[in-house]
Amino acid sequence: MLNAAIEIAFVLIGAALALNLYRLLRGPDTSDRILALDTLGINAIALLVLFGINSASTAYFEAALLLALLGFVGTVALCKFLLRGDIIE
Amino acid sequence: MNALSEAAVAALIVLGALFVLLGSIGLARLPDFLTRLHGPTKATTLGVGALLLASAIFFSSRENGGISLHELAILFFLFITAPVTAHLLAKAALHRQARVDDRRRQGEEASKEL
Amino acid sequence: MIHRLFPRPFLSLTVFLLWMVITHAVSAGLLLLGALLAIVVPRLTRPFWPDPPRLVRPGQALRFLGVFALDIVTANWRVARQVIGPLHRLSPAFVEVPLDLRDPFVATLLASVVSLTPGTLSIDVDRQRWILLIHALDAPDPQALVREIKARYESPLKEIFACSMPPSK
Repeated sequence: MLNAAIEIAFVLIGAALALNLYRLLRGPDTSDRILALDTLGINAIALLVLFGINSASTAYFEAALLLALLGFVGTVALCKFLLRGDIIE
Repeated sequence: MNALSEAAVAALIVLGALFVLLGSIGLARLPDFLTRLHGPTKATTLGVGALLLASAIFFSSRENGGISLHELAILFFLFITAPVTAHLLAKAALHRQARVDDRRRQGEEASKEL
Repeated sequence: MIHRLFPRPFLSLTVFLLWMVITHAVSAGLLLLGALLAIVVPRLTRPFWPDPPRLVRPGQALRFLGVFALDIVTANWRVARQVIGPLHRLSPAFVEVPLDLRDPFVATLLASVVSLTPGTLSIDVDRQRWILLIHALDAPDPQALVREIKARYESPLKEIFACSMPPSK
């Protein structure tokens, strides 16, 4: 039962990542792309956690935690750039 | 691992993945930026939360390991950062929108003067 | 003495617990390092923290957390249905919520809670007029939404942190 659930979840999250990619490429605005990147990061965390359960290994936690930290900092930096960029412009 | 915890883990995994997908559907489908912001910042957070909970139950109920609380740290962090990200993104988007409107107005005024 | 060592007991406790959870602290060395962090981190980050209000009703805080968790789940369900349903029926709107509380920290907390409960997203807190600007995914009746937020989240938070009085400055 667990294996079936994990496989279904892999498919669902894969579809979610594809949708994020669509939004990332399509835009139309930079802020949409940043949002898509941020969501991509969070979904990647979900995928990593799933990998961890699938392989019954705790080695993926650190990766997921790092991704959560870096994704947040990256998104904040990008937003700040959008907010401040025009002062320098 | 007993049948009960296995069932709980399986249900949480499917539920979590479903919410992750729903958040992304919202991101792809909703018509403008501010409505798009609603999908990922919340549905996705809940989805990842359910997956992390499943992971915590899974690793806690194995014979050799103790209680696994790693996931709670990630969960805690995600729940703190999600509103901040949403707030900043909304601000950035509104700021850009205002700038575009400004430019358009300036452009119109300039073309009127010509 | 203990107050001088830990000027922010809750922050110290959070740092220590997070450290234990992340490192799976089992050895005495790691615990000691965690305790050291719990002392040092609140000091270093002191300039960034507004003066936190006192937590006067811990019991009610727990109940609020329960309500909040339940709201996240039920409201997520609602938004999930809206997202896959017909989009033209949605009526997204900006809503201004006039705040009764006057504390930056609690206002931030309220904004975060509003952001995490689906369907609403806080965009800005106006600290001159004390208005919380939110964006709602589907708000056919903005006034009802304002009432709901004030009754469901603001007044419990106000009671929990005892901040109905404006800060004396």
